[in-house]
Amino acid sequence: MTNEVLTRRAVLKSLTLGAAVGSVMKVIPLEAAEAAHHLVQAEKQSTGAYAPKYFKGDEYKTLQSLCDTIIPADADAGGAVEAGAPEFIDLLTSENKEYQKTLGGGLKWLDATCSAKYGKTYLACAEGQRKEVLDRIAYRKNADAHESLTEPVEFFTLLRNMTADGFFTSKIGIKYLGYKGNTFLTHFDGCPPVEGV
Amino acid sequence: MLQVGPVKKVYDVCIVGSGAGGGTAAKVLTEGGLNVVMLEAGPRLDPDKDFKEHMWPYQLPHRGVGVGGKQRGIGDEFMAPNGFWEIPGEPYTVANGSSFSWFRSRIEGGRTNHWGRIALRFGPADFRAYSTDGVGDDWPISYEELTPYYDKVEAYIGVFGSKENVPNSPDGVFMPPPKPRCTETLVKKACDQLHITCIPSRLAILTKALNGRDPCHYCAQCGRGCRTASNFSSSQVMIPPAAATGRLTMIANAMAREIVVGKDGKAEAVSYVDKTTKTEQRVYAKAVVVAASACESARLLLNSKSAQFPNGIANGSGAVGRYLTDSVGSDLVGHFPQLEKVPAHNHDGVGGMHMYMPWWRFGQKNEFLRGYHIEFGGGRNMPGVGEFDYVCEQEEGYGATLKQKCRSAYGTFIGFSGRGEMIPNENTFCELDPEVKDKWGIPVLRFHWKWGENELKMARDMQQTFRQIIEAAGGTVLVGARRHSKPSGDVQQQTNAISTGGAIIHELGTVRMGSDKKTSVLNGNCQAHEVKNLFVADAAPFVTNPDKNPTLTIMALAWRTSEYLLDQAKKMEI
Repeated sequence: MTNEVLTRRAVLKSLTLGAAVGSVMKVIPLEAAEAAHHLVQAEKQSTGAYAPKYFKGDEYKTLQSLCDTIIPADADAGGAVEAGAPEFIDLLTSENKEYQKTLGGGLKWLDATCSAKYGKTYLACAEGQRKEVLDRIAYRKNADAHESLTEPVEFFTLLRNMTADGFFTSKIGIKYLGYKGNTFLTHFDGCPPVEGV
Repeated sequence: MLQVGPVKKVYDVCIVGSGAGGGTAAKVLTEGGLNVVMLEAGPRLDPDKDFKEHMWPYQLPHRGVGVGGKQRGIGDEFMAPNGFWEIPGEPYTVANGSSFSWFRSRIEGGRTNHWGRIALRFGPADFRAYSTDGVGDDWPISYEELTPYYDKVEAYIGVFGSKENVPNSPDGVFMPPPKPRCTETLVKKACDQLHITCIPSRLAILTKALNGRDPCHYCAQCGRGCRTASNFSSSQVMIPPAAATGRLTMIANAMAREIVVGKDGKAEAVSYVDKTTKTEQRVYAKAVVVAASACESARLLLNSKSAQFPNGIANGSGAVGRYLTDSVGSDLVGHFPQLEKVPAHNHDGVGGMHMYMPWWRFGQKNEFLRGYHIEFGGGRNMPGVGEFDYVCEQEEGYGATLKQKCRSAYGTFIGFSGRGEMIPNENTFCELDPEVKDKWGIPVLRFHWKWGENELKMARDMQQTFRQIIEAAGGTVLVGARRHSKPSGDVQQQTNAISTGGAIIHELGTVRMGSDKKTSVLNGNCQAHEVKNLFVADAAPFVTNPDKNPTLTIMALAWRTSEYLLDQAKKMEI
């Protein structure tokens, strides 16, 4: 690629070095660079320990465990927990009654089902036991066959979507996807040569 | 602010609204030497504070979708401020059996802060609808009369495009267009096979510096507002030169209540609510230009009742609020697995499509009157909430496989949107709700909506065309995506794949021009037939709503109206 990518850091660098005539600064006004500076600083602020707003104690731990199962870390990138998906889901749920009903109800169903089957909570179950329960609610066809699974399947569908949202809008998730934009370019090169496109 | 004192301050012109029309009028009138006061129902805009350009989703705790995850699409947290589907305390109502969505803004620059920057000229036939197919009405002005104003607007605001000579989709004064993205290259090839015209789009985004505004830096975020003013908004391109004359007085947070009529039957003042102090105020002016957006303008006229005008100012015809239309909208998404081969690269481009399909069957015998154009977009955009709903619901399960599937499917979807002409009908209009008032005590609008058979046929044709293009390009049509990333107002009515009225945000026609005083409110200069110092300068005067997005024509018409007003002022006619 020959695109001249002017990252926000490059903008800031040229700012601090004192911009020469004809540099980036002719393109990016001071104010924009300053605003970019604030953003970069915001990026650097690492989040401290998160205090859950809606899911308390073991419920939140169960949520974290489920997020980790839905989008786990692998060789290419960290997973949904590292990406902050549980925090994102907890925050939205604290503000949304429908999510409270669906997700709260789903977590209760999980524990009730695990208790009935294995005599312990979902968190206390072995990996194979968890998988057995999740495999029942991770596919719509199971709800088609067993009406009692309709709500649990809806729960898992929502949780899966929200976990994906939390992961793929995170820094590591965006990097994992290979999104290269949100930069300052002086020109746009269009489509690189691709066979069949 | 209005000076309260022994001498009543009288401005030359009061403009209500600061959007595309109001901003253009302010620029032309102040540069022409008139003293102008402008009422804006929202606050002033500060791009450096208000715009979320270049922000990442993870920099916001709600990742862009707001409290409870409820702000999606055009209303999300990234968008330029104060554009709403619902405004607390300022409702509108919808008649039983109708559906209507009304996107309004309350901010300096109005909806030009949020618009798609699509800047298409209307064509000659669009002004002669009745003469062309015998339905509806002709405009009282021709394309040729508006041409010099299109030229001026394009040269001033900056529009990219290409000379194409497509019948009834006129070329303009263009900057060079950007190169196509991969998604656009793919679709263009399919269109060539199908003999569907696919050409560089025409957007009000700078590809070269202009009047001190920097060229686009290709971040695809026009909708968030642009700190470098590389795209067009009234707030950044029209208001500043007007303010620089020293002859513009901007009153923000001023909700117009009524146009006050003098004993001579002319407009003499505009009364408004100062939302900050919650007090009633009044500004006096020798002429009034209403540019509050088509339906708000109709509302203001209808609410301006007096002994001379019991049905609202300038409304002897009863046409105010009638002839309401919106664009016919229909959407379809295709999945293109071959895009998985596209290497990771910066796909952003400008904040809108680089290619589009103008109406390519003009002059042919079709199953419906008038026409539509096609907009499309997709590919490797900045990921957002809702991005992978479809993949997750198709793939199901969980774990590393799901994660990898999302990555391989990323950027392989292209959405198509048709935008077509609606013909006005008797069942589609707005009026004052007899009971409901907003929190300022101003009666609100009640909407009535019905699509005609022509529009339904057109939407069906759009769906067929989208399907043909998707299949010709080697893709498959997406079905069953549940939580679409579009805003609530854009949700299609499931049964016939046509948009909800108002959802395309091209509502217009409610204070229309015409030669016949019995069926129109304004003459060919957008001057009220009955009140010669009252003008309308938004999309309310439009006689037809062709498939071309209205904003460029709002500005061309407002520019022309303003020059006429200047001329009248010089002749002491107003």
